[in-house]
Amino acid sequence: MVIPKRVVFVLALLPLLWISWLAFRDALGAHPVERVIHFTGQWTLNFLLITLTVTPLRQYSGWNGLLRIRRMLGLFAFFYGTLHLLSYAGIDQWFDWHAIVHDIVKHPYILAGLSGYLTMLPLALTSNAWAVSKLKTRWKKLHRLAYLVPALGVLHFTWLVKKDLTQPLIYGTLLLILLVLRLPFQSQWRATR
Amino acid sequence: MPLKQRSQSMTQRKSIPISPSELTPREVYLERRTILAQMGLGLMGALGGSVSLSAPAQAEQKLTGYRTTPFGHDEKVTSYENITTYNNFYEFGTDKEDPSNNAGTLRTRPWTITFEGAIKRPRQIGVDDLLHLFPLEERIYRMRCVEAWSMVIPWIGFPLQKLVQWAEPTARAKYVEFISLADPTEMPGIRRAVLDWPYNEGLRMDEAQHPLTLMAVGLYGEILPHQNGAPIRLVVPWKYGFKGIKSIVKIRFTEAMPISSWMKANASEYGFYSNVNPSVDHPRWSQATERRIGGGLFEARRKTLPFNGYAEEVAHLYSGMDLKKYF
Ligand code: HEM
Repeated sequence: MVIPKRVVFVLALLPLLWISWLAFRDALGAHPVERVIHFTGQWTLNFLLITLTVTPLRQYSGWNGLLRIRRMLGLFAFFYGTLHLLSYAGIDQWFDWHAIVHDIVKHPYILAGLSGYLTMLPLALTSNAWAVSKLKTRWKKLHRLAYLVPALGVLHFTWLVKKDLTQPLIYGTLLLILLVLRLPFQSQWRATR
Repeated sequence: MPLKQRSQSMTQRKSIPISPSELTPREVYLERRTILAQMGLGLMGALGGSVSLSAPAQAEQKLTGYRTTPFGHDEKVTSYENITTYNNFYEFGTDKEDPSNNAGTLRTRPWTITFEGAIKRPRQIGVDDLLHLFPLEERIYRMRCVEAWSMVIPWIGFPLQKLVQWAEPTARAKYVEFISLADPTEMPGIRRAVLDWPYNEGLRMDEAQHPLTLMAVGLYGEILPHQNGAPIRLVVPWKYGFKGIKSIVKIRFTEAMPISSWMKANASEYGFYSNVNPSVDHPRWSQATERRIGGGLFEARRKTLPFNGYAEEVAHLYSGMDLKKYF
């Protein structure tokens, strides 16, 4: 069975449609800026984790059609990450570079988020057939960074919550499960590479 | 229909006769609540469910006989809806909407406050008796949260100074400690050890006796909604919001500096003083600017003022102190 890419594309845009709808209706709550930043941040992390479920899901279910959508899911993580970064830099900080640089150097949670975003950048740029054929085996190595990005995201989340760590812990646990699921396959992978 | 989160200056609200098209946010809010409640009741009735009205229903009790004061009349007051739905009150959950959703279970009557420690004689008083001891006044104060957002709130209450005098502390009293209710049956958040319950806070005696320090029992002309710390809470406008302890059941005068719940949670992030200070960042985020609630998606942050703009009145309390050290 194959999943039509168009369906995934539309589904992946639903969060954006939802938050835009709320903004349009002036229904973002008492603190709209925070709402948008939190929403886009959460969806960045959601897509990073969803992307990481593709491989184990395929391996356990034997459903190879899943692989077709992995790249798109990863790119949506980058897309929501970009919206998240723009919400922070634009609507929150008003592109006040002085304040933003201060934030990056003084506050580790911002640095962790930025590192996560910058780590995504080469992955997004090389997510095309040309780069795959050009980079060959190095492409696979490079794209192992896909494990590091959500880890930095979880670290970012852990450092920013005031006291209640429930949500970052849930994300962290999910990430850990997704990484552990890979352990046996990693070795198979290497053997057949 | 979407509701614009409007707010108007209180002066305007008081002195200009209101035409139907100029409903105050408060009235708009209540009207909508009624509509929602009716819709909800209809729906629940249709589903055969039982009907119960919680927190917001009690919020309609008006307070009367308070006098107004000049405090904050140059400020744009935050809408009633925002003040009562965007709250930090971990006893009811850690999300901002949790207190307004969950605080319906709080029972605010009967309510006694116990006074103990370095005082002539320990005593208790019911909150209603307390209300008759001191004349009530309205004061519009800025409220700056440690999370870098702020509001402007029309509190009703009386100066803590008067209550301190009434309690008759002895010369040994150097600090006042306040303790909140911590009842897991009424406060679902208590079941999780997010903080060391009961919530407690403290002030130095001179801070407690400063004329700006308020015990609030109401806001927007009515008794304090549960989610805002009913039936009685502390308001210290030049300190971060978490110092304003809610639902107080005990006041203790002490010789030693009280260690607050937030200090116990993280001493390097939350100090005893917690004065609003743009030049001392929270270790994890900046305190230089803040976002005024109600400003919408495209309003800029504003500069945070030393002592939240009350420096003229309170800076002398800390003269000679290194505020980076005593944060
Ligand atoms: C891999 C990249 C990133 C991920 C996965 C991510 C994820 C998140 C998550 C999950 C939240 C919390 C949402 C909530 O509390 O509900 C968040 C908040 C936030 N993120 Fe990111 N983020 C990333 C990159 C960035 C970058 C590059 C910046 C800015 C330079 C940034 C700035 C922020 C800010 C300012 C907040 C809100 C903090 C607060 O509420 O005090 N993030 N992010």
